[in-house]
Amino acid sequence: MGLLILTTMAALWTVMARSLLKATIGLAITSAAIAIIIFRLNSPLAAVFELSVCAGLITAIFVSTISLTKPLTHKEILQVSKDRIKRYWYLPVILAIVGALLIFMKARQDFTMIQAPGSPLDVRTMLWDFRRLDLLGQVMILIAGALGVVLLFGENKNDER
Amino acid sequence: MNGNWQLFSTFGFFIVLLFVCGAYCLVVTRSMIRAIIGIELLIKAVTLLIILAGNMTGQVALAQSLVITIIIVEVVIAATAAGIALSVFRHTDSLDVRSLKNLKG
Repeated sequence: MGLLILTTMAALWTVMARSLLKATIGLAITSAAIAIIIFRLNSPLAAVFELSVCAGLITAIFVSTISLTKPLTHKEILQVSKDRIKRYWYLPVILAIVGALLIFMKARQDFTMIQAPGSPLDVRTMLWDFRRLDLLGQVMILIAGALGVVLLFGENKNDER
Repeated sequence: MNGNWQLFSTFGFFIVLLFVCGAYCLVVTRSMIRAIIGIELLIKAVTLLIILAGNMTGQVALAQSLVITIIIVEVVIAATAAGIALSVFRHTDSLDVRSLKNLKG
């Protein structure tokens, strides 16, 4: 419960932080808290991936992107915040109404979990034996992403010349 | 069964909050980097939901393998989107999505 609250607070901080760097740190904290939750839900391999890739690699990508771009000045940030409040004042109202409707709606108490067919397997067996085609797709996505990044950065190098 | 429902509703409440945070970030912001952060938050909510479903149905291995796939796709999305944002910044000197109006046909 405490971890879930920490995750939500970190996510809120991520969204509301005025500085992009603080938002990135908030995202890393959210990822770390989610990794602990995943670990406690008996999924250690996914937790390791979440912690190393999401809290580590993605944070590094964001920090390097922010350092390569020009952040807004304090005055501009204040102006953007004021404009945002004027433009989107109705969003919290909609959220409150939807939340109230969901709370007052009669939830089905006879909630039944559908058991998936087959016996629970080891994650490695599942990944390498039953999801081979998906792995091929993953490799193709990785190659496409790598080529995309190389192309984008290569184009920038040509522009600088 | 009540224990299951209790666990699911507690986690579900916080997962919905996380999803709303991500959606709010996407709707409100005009900065490209913040939009990517919003997408990341949405993906995290889905990841948590899949792990919870796997834990409750006893299919932890399947849930973990799906989450690993999601994380790989998430990294590729983040890297490519950050590259696009950087490229746009070098062309327009701004990260504001409104600066992409020139792309209108």
